[in-house]
Amino acid sequence: MQNLGIEVLFEGSNMERLLGGLLVTIEISFISIVLGTILGLFMGLLRTIELKFLRFILRLYLELFRIIPILVWLYVVYFGFTPLFDIHISGEVTSILVFSLWGAAEIGDIVRGALESMPKHQMESAKALGLSSGQIYRYILIPQAVRRMLPGSINLATRMVKTTSLVVLIGVIEVVKIGQQIIELGVIKAPSASFWVYGFIFILYFLVCYPLSIISRRFERRWQN
Amino acid sequence: MNFDWEFIVESLPLYGDAMWLTVKLAFWGTLFSLVLGLLFSVVLHYKLPVISGVIVAYVELSRNTPLLVQLFFLYYGLPKIGIHMSEVACAIVGLTFLGGSYMTEAFRSGIEAVSKSQVESGLSIGLSKVQLARYVILPQAYAISIPSLGANAIFLLKETSIVGAIALMDLMNVAKDLIGMHYKTAESLTLLVVSYLILILPLSIVLSWVERKVRYAEFGD
Amino acid sequence: MGDSRELLLEIKNLQKSYGDRKVLEGIDLRVRKGEVIVILGPSGCGKSTFLRCLNGLESVQGGEIQYLGRNLAEDQVDWREIRQHIGMVFQNYDLFPHMTVIDNILLGPLKVQKRDKTEALQQAEQLLDRVGLLDRKDAYPRQLSGGQKQRIAIVRALCMNPDIILFDEVTASLDPEMVREVLDVIQELANQGMTMIIVTHEMGFAKSVGDFIVFMDQGKICEIRAAAQFFTRPETERAQHFLDIFQYEKL
Repeated sequence: MQNLGIEVLFEGSNMERLLGGLLVTIEISFISIVLGTILGLFMGLLRTIELKFLRFILRLYLELFRIIPILVWLYVVYFGFTPLFDIHISGEVTSILVFSLWGAAEIGDIVRGALESMPKHQMESAKALGLSSGQIYRYILIPQAVRRMLPGSINLATRMVKTTSLVVLIGVIEVVKIGQQIIELGVIKAPSASFWVYGFIFILYFLVCYPLSIISRRFERRWQN
Repeated sequence: MNFDWEFIVESLPLYGDAMWLTVKLAFWGTLFSLVLGLLFSVVLHYKLPVISGVIVAYVELSRNTPLLVQLFFLYYGLPKIGIHMSEVACAIVGLTFLGGSYMTEAFRSGIEAVSKSQVESGLSIGLSKVQLARYVILPQAYAISIPSLGANAIFLLKETSIVGAIALMDLMNVAKDLIGMHYKTAESLTLLVVSYLILILPLSIVLSWVERKVRYAEFGD
Repeated sequence: MGDSRELLLEIKNLQKSYGDRKVLEGIDLRVRKGEVIVILGPSGCGKSTFLRCLNGLESVQGGEIQYLGRNLAEDQVDWREIRQHIGMVFQNYDLFPHMTVIDNILLGPLKVQKRDKTEALQQAEQLLDRVGLLDRKDAYPRQLSGGQKQRIAIVRALCMNPDIILFDEVTASLDPEMVREVLDVIQELANQGMTMIIVTHEMGFAKSVGDFIVFMDQGKICEIRAAAQFFTRPETERAQHFLDIFQYEKL
């Protein structure tokens, strides 16, 4: 049989290594989303406080993440921390730090939006029914807030998974890096390896992100009204 | 912290060149993305058989994969099956592949936002499908899409930060090289951040102004 | 309706349903040239749907719409062509927000009818003058009041030189003080002999403008009578009941 090159994916432990690399990417995303959500909930609450200075600072914080590419932040932390603070931090820690702070900014914005869009009369009519404030949160406010927040949050998760592909550029050994290693090793035996390996990684990312997109779209459609 | 100002001044031309490269890539990427978006959104709206299916598949593939992987596939993968492109071409093709889907979605939601009664009103004076699209639906749809088109353009401009990964001497690589060669980390990174601020901040301010204007106003102001 | 005037539109046993729900159940109606027919009836009786069927905006499931020797209820109808002769004005004006008043009016005459620009412009300006809005011809819709927009929408329909104009609750979204200015325009058209089918809730207007009142309920026509008679002694109990309710609301 002619050597197509696709065999490179199945040789030795290549497949396991690639999937293991994908797991690193997913881990970084997952930890960052969890940390980012916890921080973001606080940040969202803070952003509803009517204090001009506080509002300005938090808004600035969000805009800095929106205006400056995430890769720049990864570089700033990764290359900048050692000389400035005299501590060396690994690519992994850098990634989790940057992604968590980014997540906090975006989740904070989603939380703020959900809180501010909550109609006042919802609260009042709940009170008029005689619900306790615990019940109001339990049955009225939190369910509505979750509905408003969930699609955006899942969307953010998709974006974060895609963006974690950048961590290879600050030396994290993840799926793309492992792909590169496999290609380099097989450069003589399987010259077309890069086509298959990168094609495969492309599909892997799609398989992770596409379901998230679908879920987010479902929620969006179901809760539109 | 002591900034080496001399170093900064000496590095300015390097950053300038890299910014110019970024602007060029983002410009062409955005332009071609717009063209794709215009075409594809109309095809999707009229649900042309087969092509619509292909476009939906493209949009999903493009939106659910990272640009970095798209670029690596284009730059390292495609030559193995005989398709060779220069770094710049690769970057523009990659940005277009990514941006095309975002622009398609932006235009499509604009088209969908034109109300049914506008369509009926156009029909009631006897406009044909093509005339309806040309005089009633598309002009309104494009006006509605402007804020998301702007947001997409900024998104693409930010995404150009990744092209360094395929050996283009962009801002990221300039900064990285200067750090590596001269250990001027603070200066190099500051210049990097400032460069992106110079590129993106004005656009972002214009966009939020446009958004406010579009939200509160319509034609005839 | 033993009239010698030319029969423009003849509707026979028109059927319309959404799935299992019947909206129109056998509508019969004849419209002669120069007649003004007002359709009254409670909300949801199918009167707007009926009007929309006559403009091809709704498909029909049975019956006939005879117009100039053609049956518009058949599948193969060039509605583009028909709509140039049967104009329609909607409740929400639906002017095109991105075009000036004059561009709104000229879109049909220039792009659909391919008429000469100076001639169409002249007619448009004449019509605008008649409704008292010539000075607003370069304004955008958002710069106009509701009543002004609706008068422009009427001019837009008129400028196509239609045989018939359909009015679908054209004053329903207007503030009360603007209703008059729009009704006056329609009244004037009636006086000039324009053929019109009007769906409205303005009883006084219906009485003064209509030659015939068509009273509809639950997808059927209950009665067709000369306007003056309908308001003094309606034939059916349902129509009487309907009028009583309106009397109440007036008080």
